[in-house]
Amino acid sequence: MKVIKEAIAGTLESSDVLVKVAPTEKGTREVVLRSEVIKQFGEQIKQVVTDALDKLSVSAGSIVIEDKGALDCVIRARVQAAVLRGCSSEELDWRRLS
Amino acid sequence: MKNDVMTTAIERLATQDSSLPKLQPFAGANAETPYLAAAGTKLHRKLCGSLEEAIRRSGLKDGMTISFHHAFREGDKVVNKVVNTLARLGFKNLTLASSSLLNCHDPLVEHIKSDVITQIYTSGMRGRLAEAVSNGLMKKPVQIHSHGGRVHLLQTGELKIDVAFLGVSCCDEFGNANGSRGKLNCGSLGYAKVDAEYARQVVLLTEELVGFPNYPASISQDRVDLVVKLDQVGDPSLISVGAARVTNNPRELLIARHAADVIEHSGYFNDGFSIQTGSGAAATAATRFLEQRMNCKGIKASFALGGITGGIADLHSRGLIKAIVDVQSFDNDAAASLRTSSAHIEISANEYANPTSKAAYVDRVNVVILSALEVDLDFNVNVITGSDGVMRGASGGHCDVAAAADLTIVVAPLVRSRIPTVVRHVTTLLTPGESVGVLVTDHGIAVNPKRPEIEQRLRDARLPVMTVEELYRKAVALTGEPEPLEFTDRIVGIVRYRDGSVIDVVRQVKN
Repeated sequence: MKVIKEAIAGTLESSDVLVKVAPTEKGTREVVLRSEVIKQFGEQIKQVVTDALDKLSVSAGSIVIEDKGALDCVIRARVQAAVLRGCSSEELDWRRLS
Repeated sequence: MKNDVMTTAIERLATQDSSLPKLQPFAGANAETPYLAAAGTKLHRKLCGSLEEAIRRSGLKDGMTISFHHAFREGDKVVNKVVNTLARLGFKNLTLASSSLLNCHDPLVEHIKSDVITQIYTSGMRGRLAEAVSNGLMKKPVQIHSHGGRVHLLQTGELKIDVAFLGVSCCDEFGNANGSRGKLNCGSLGYAKVDAEYARQVVLLTEELVGFPNYPASISQDRVDLVVKLDQVGDPSLISVGAARVTNNPRELLIARHAADVIEHSGYFNDGFSIQTGSGAAATAATRFLEQRMNCKGIKASFALGGITGGIADLHSRGLIKAIVDVQSFDNDAAASLRTSSAHIEISANEYANPTSKAAYVDRVNVVILSALEVDLDFNVNVITGSDGVMRGASGGHCDVAAAADLTIVVAPLVRSRIPTVVRHVTTLLTPGESVGVLVTDHGIAVNPKRPEIEQRLRDARLPVMTVEELYRKAVALTGEPEPLEFTDRIVGIVRYRDGSVIDVVRQVKN
């Protein structure tokens, strides 16, 4: 999947995360992570985001994560929602979202 | 001359009895009180036309110690106003000793950078100031003391206040002042009373100069040197924000209800019990759930201590709490109660919590509910640093009352956003686990193994009791195991226990 338009999911409320996706010119996948808990959970969050993107086979797009201390399940859901919106994906493979 | 006669007599006395102190001959009715000679100086001698004049007359010099109180909490205007003025007048190397510092004191960062302030004594700090200090802003580490511990440091002489700048709601020109009358009242002046007692020079700052005599005099004229009228001293509407806020958050209310359950079944919920609730939303909210339980059991509390909230004042007005003992009023309702009820007593921090006072009210507290940023597997409590290692809280009366109360209940959500509250080891130790009886979270209740009788009572009442290790596992199951923080070797804060001993240090965070 490729991100073909700008899209967002989530909020900047505490315990939530805002995920912004946009197409990239070079056709690469770029993840930018900002988090209030980056010192304690930076690696863990990166892992969750990468997993979620891999499962959806996202090959291109800029993914900007603005984390306000969300739990893994929230991060995964917000990443999936933003990507599916940005890819204009109508057909959902639910197995990939679990 | 009479004087010469007396001089001769005194010399004679000295030969007769060498143990006599050095005596002075009489030198006129007003030799010691020259200001009584003129009507102007007799009545108005303490009044200063401006803050600058008060600073000049106080004799403040570079390197001295200035002090403040924090009864106006986030609404305080005095610290920033005074330190701005001192900076403008060119003062350097001052020690700032405030009973606490809050978010509104962020502007101090600039004055630390420019060496106006080079040392801080406080119960805590928050916001940009705390962040900057945690990142190594100051050469000298900040001294963090409890409310009782501050008085102890004043008593031992480690902390010597040269000039206290104390904001009061109203005062007369002789300096009889209180915080409970006047248009903008903050309630109890419990912390200011101590500074007025110990400072070499006491400057009162007020928005409202009232006729003599002003009463009641929380701070009395015999402790006051100078009085200044200012446009703004404090905004009481900002007292009950931040740590002293009232909550409608369902999770905090759940914790508060659990805490009330614990009190009810603790064995201490008997007629004439005494209670304190610390700052923090869940702690203060617990009183809301006590009323019905007290009515059901038909019991009344003998007194409530501490930072007083409207909730406590309400129970008092309904006759459920006989007396309120108030060192700091957390909202307008508490201040109004102090004004109107004769059984609402204003006390100093020395009477409240000083371990070396001849008697502190905390000594007689049965049950206290306190907040925490972190609690570890040994029930040690951190209220100073966040789990990113940055200072963001205040010691307050936490370790004072925890040490003295029969049962200390610590309340906290199990996780805050992604940060677990129950941890293996607290980032900073403030209150030792030996002082803590019960930990109440939104996911369950843990009892210190040192209190098996309490655990049995709570289990018998079918409360959700589990071990603190179980709580820890629940927390980490939600958040994941946090990576350990990295600190440099440099110490930026010294945590003083209530008796002045060092219980922990805060190190500079590594970025």
